[in-house]
Amino acid sequence: MLEIKCPWCGARTQTEFTYAGDATLDRPDAETGSEEDWYEYVYLRDNPRGAHDELWQHSAGCRRYVKVRRDVTTHEIIATGAPGAKLDGGGS
Amino acid sequence: MSAQPYRNAEGGRVDRRRPVGFTFDGKRYQGYAGDTLAAALLANGVRLVGRSFKYHRPRGIVGAGNEESNALVQLGTGARTEPNLPATRVELYEGLEATSQNRWPSLNFDVGAINALMHRLFPAGFYYKTFMWPAKLWPLYEHAIRHIAGMGRTATAPDPDTYAHRFHHCDVLVCGGGPAGLAAALAAARAGARVVIADENAEWGGMLRSRTDAIDGRPALEWVADAVAELARLPEVTVLPRTTVAGYYDHNMLVLDERVADHKPAPANHEPRHRLWQVRAREVVLATGALERPFVFADNDRPGVMLTSAAQHYANAHGVRAGGNAVVFANNSSAYPAARDLAAAGIGIQAIVDVRAEVPDADRAMARGIGAGVLAGHAVVAAHGARQVTSVTVMALDADATGAVGEPREILCDLVCQSAGWTPSVHLFSQSRGKLRYDDGLTAFVPDRSFQRERSAGAAKGTFDLKGCLAEGFAAGAAAATAAGFPAAAPATPDCSDDTEVRPRAIWAVPLPVFLHGKRFVDHQNDVTAEDVGLAYREGYRSVEHLKRYTTLGMGTDQGRTSNVNGLAVMAGLRSDAIPTVGTTTFRQPFTPIPMGAVAGAHAHADVAPTRVSALYDWHKAHGAPFSTAGYWLRPQGYPRDGETLAQATQREARHVRTHVGVVDVSTLGKIDLQGRDAAEFLNRLYINGFAKLAVGKCRYGVMLRDDGMVYDDGTVTRIAEHRYLVTTTTVHAGGVMSHMEYLAQVEWPELDVRMISVTDDWAGIAIAGPRARDVLARLAAADIGDAALPFMGYLETDVAGAPARLFRISFSGELAYEINMAPAHMPHVWEALLAAGADDGIIAYGTEAMNVMRIEKGHVVTGELNGRTTAGDLGFGPMMSKIKHFVGQPLAGREGLAEAGRKQLVGLMPTDGRTPIPRGAQIVADPAARPPVAMLGEVTSQCVSPNLGHPIGLGLLVDGRARHGETLSAHSPLTGETVAVTVTDPVFIDPEGERLRG
Ligand SMILES: [Zn+2]
Repeated sequence: MLEIKCPWCGARTQTEFTYAGDATLDRPDAETGSEEDWYEYVYLRDNPRGAHDELWQHSAGCRRYVKVRRDVTTHEIIATGAPGAKLDGGGS
Repeated sequence: MSAQPYRNAEGGRVDRRRPVGFTFDGKRYQGYAGDTLAAALLANGVRLVGRSFKYHRPRGIVGAGNEESNALVQLGTGARTEPNLPATRVELYEGLEATSQNRWPSLNFDVGAINALMHRLFPAGFYYKTFMWPAKLWPLYEHAIRHIAGMGRTATAPDPDTYAHRFHHCDVLVCGGGPAGLAAALAAARAGARVVIADENAEWGGMLRSRTDAIDGRPALEWVADAVAELARLPEVTVLPRTTVAGYYDHNMLVLDERVADHKPAPANHEPRHRLWQVRAREVVLATGALERPFVFADNDRPGVMLTSAAQHYANAHGVRAGGNAVVFANNSSAYPAARDLAAAGIGIQAIVDVRAEVPDADRAMARGIGAGVLAGHAVVAAHGARQVTSVTVMALDADATGAVGEPREILCDLVCQSAGWTPSVHLFSQSRGKLRYDDGLTAFVPDRSFQRERSAGAAKGTFDLKGCLAEGFAAGAAAATAAGFPAAAPATPDCSDDTEVRPRAIWAVPLPVFLHGKRFVDHQNDVTAEDVGLAYREGYRSVEHLKRYTTLGMGTDQGRTSNVNGLAVMAGLRSDAIPTVGTTTFRQPFTPIPMGAVAGAHAHADVAPTRVSALYDWHKAHGAPFSTAGYWLRPQGYPRDGETLAQATQREARHVRTHVGVVDVSTLGKIDLQGRDAAEFLNRLYINGFAKLAVGKCRYGVMLRDDGMVYDDGTVTRIAEHRYLVTTTTVHAGGVMSHMEYLAQVEWPELDVRMISVTDDWAGIAIAGPRARDVLARLAAADIGDAALPFMGYLETDVAGAPARLFRISFSGELAYEINMAPAHMPHVWEALLAAGADDGIIAYGTEAMNVMRIEKGHVVTGELNGRTTAGDLGFGPMMSKIKHFVGQPLAGREGLAEAGRKQLVGLMPTDGRTPIPRGAQIVADPAARPPVAMLGEVTSQCVSPNLGHPIGLGLLVDGRARHGETLSAHSPLTGETVAVTVTDPVFIDPEGERLRG
């Protein structure tokens, strides 16, 4: 079971969080996004080996969404931050 | 009650003043407090304790702890019975009842033993080969196989015991309470670290419990007692005996199974039987010890063939002689002090058979000291006897130990103590994803590279001498504490009596001379022999993972603790590969079996999941309501009276509300309080319809989509104040919609000034509906609620029956209706006040079934229609979709395929004959008599009998349904076989103009 550092609450156990998907996606602009852009955003995901940014919601805590850089092969959590933060480390 | 013929008058740490009575297979015996079941059985001379899984061979006790592969028993009776428990781990208590397994009708006469005579029918993989065809006979095969080959029986009655869970955080978790573990805990605890130390046994000391070592010139167990006492005194230390560290998971999370009450007949009042600990440790010390390996030789499963360390344990810890005359069979030096202890306990040592050609002088001296002859370069090639070993055949080995040579000699004995080397218990290390290394000198896998924040110490690391174990333990504990932020130095290591190096000679399968028969078991519990491994090799199952699955090697409840290394070594020999090349199988959690009850903890029976009830739950119960579930909620379905069925009550309630008035508990609707300067803009982006112009004090119905363009949820939004809204959701989507809105606000639109919180539990809800709803409510409301003051889709705040309340003039039933929100504490009072105020108007309470009937009559959609595959257009919400703003789901809602003809659209359905109910979940087809395959035009999503129309109705999703009004089709249920002709209609059956709700 992972231990995830919530930027607002500190290190908490995984059961307090809900996985909320890929954090590397850019939501297309409501005005200018094409149907193709939206199709990619909604349906297509990369599955990279190694460090990957993902979102977790601290659902049984502060309810904030947290950006988590996790190595998906080792489960090492390299960095966490606010959803808009740029995370460092792990070569991603 | 019989005497204990194999119990010495002195020795061991049992309490001879406290005899303990127990039964085995119905026969009464006596042991002493401090015994395990295995020790007490041996004390009574009971050697045959079970039958093997496949061949039903007689089996006895092999080990003294978790390595036991044979002596599995069924414990207890009735609801507390538990199967497959190693007798070596069962602590004796007064009245304990144990029975043997895998035998029928009795242990001594077993019909299944005929399997052994037909062993050619039962080679490795026999399940796969023999019973492949015809598949339809599998249930028959299974029944027959289970009857003969089953393990124990699980209890069929509900478990009467309770189980607890505990979460814990510590700086250093020490797994194992032997010398290395205790040393590590002392070093870490003295530095001030928060330490947890767990050991699976009741008694601390690990291997020291079985031996006669001295530390600092005193008995080693005195050092152990001092160490435990010191640890117990420290406030930051948690000492957990009878606790198995069962699993090592990510980020140093370990799971511990504490057997709180298994050593008693039943748990004390309010005491859990087990407590499952989830421990997050900064650092971990693995001091899990090592297990002695058995040899693979002919008929090595005869009762009386044991591990040397086990016989030594019974002698030293229990004062029990595991036999009268022993042959010690070893490939390493650890057997010599054990033989000395056995001799001291009164067991005659007939010979020490040592596969090593060169036996160290110290070992020879020890053998001389007890008058035992040493047969160097020899091996036991076969054991003899049926239900009990009576003799062994010993032969010399050739130079590379692949052949037995010279004259066979038979030695009479009733005990064979074997020691084929030691396997460090690397299970937890391997679970932590650490990498193993094969050590040729030790002939064993040892920890190599760590993956998580742990370190191994002592025998778990391949260090077998006592002083080395203590030194490594002290060092590991100090290093762990330092790494966790508590600088520590390793204490000085005391002097120890024992400095034995094991110096094993590798030998895996003892060669079987041509003139002897016999099965050479590798895995006793699963009856896998060296010959089976050979068969797997010949048939191409040569990787360890294939070997395991093909032969079932290591797949028993002991997970092959004693058999894995032998099995893969035999395979390595066949492949002519080095053992590390063959590799090991993956060790998985749990290390030893954990009862399902401990895993479930308090989440059992009615508490598997939380139950949510409204403030009116007691009222609903008192008025006879059956409940249905929606998520975690319990909702009253209706209030049958005077012998009514629920269906009858539903008809009565739904009819009565449309003619008079009724109240219903709607507390379960999701409610979200949304605030902020940009709340209007947020809602405008969230819903398909516009919210920018919603005035304060007004409600509006809204529909939201997912990003993929499908309908997600619906509800009402009320503008409470300039920058404050109350958003309602369906009961089942309350949590999901909340997270969805939080996601948009926090991640995608952080520029918007909005905040939100769930207030579902803060506001209880009552809907009052029916033509007389206003009259009744007006008698209790402090404010004017006339049509001008509170028009349809209006909102105001006032007191109702003296309780502060929010009034929403919204309607789900299609009648004149109000929703009243109030604090849950006030709800019972307001409810009773409404019932009293409406008594003269004939007010009734109605349940969710009547509510459902009325919403079908009005064509309102719920879960059956909001099924995640319907678009706004499908459900008739197309015109609501704004064309002047952007909203979630808009881009993909317009994509090809979702907008074109051929979509299934919401329709109403009526039986063409005006009376036959429409089958639930029916498929809609054009011609039910057509030859399959028949095109499915749609499906029935909701159906009921409408008391207000006097005939059955339904809702459905039908291809191009809106263009089919008036057509006659068929609703066919493949489940019930019913076929009903239905006429397609508009989905709104009652008051399509909405005059009633505006009245
Ligand atoms: Zn948080």
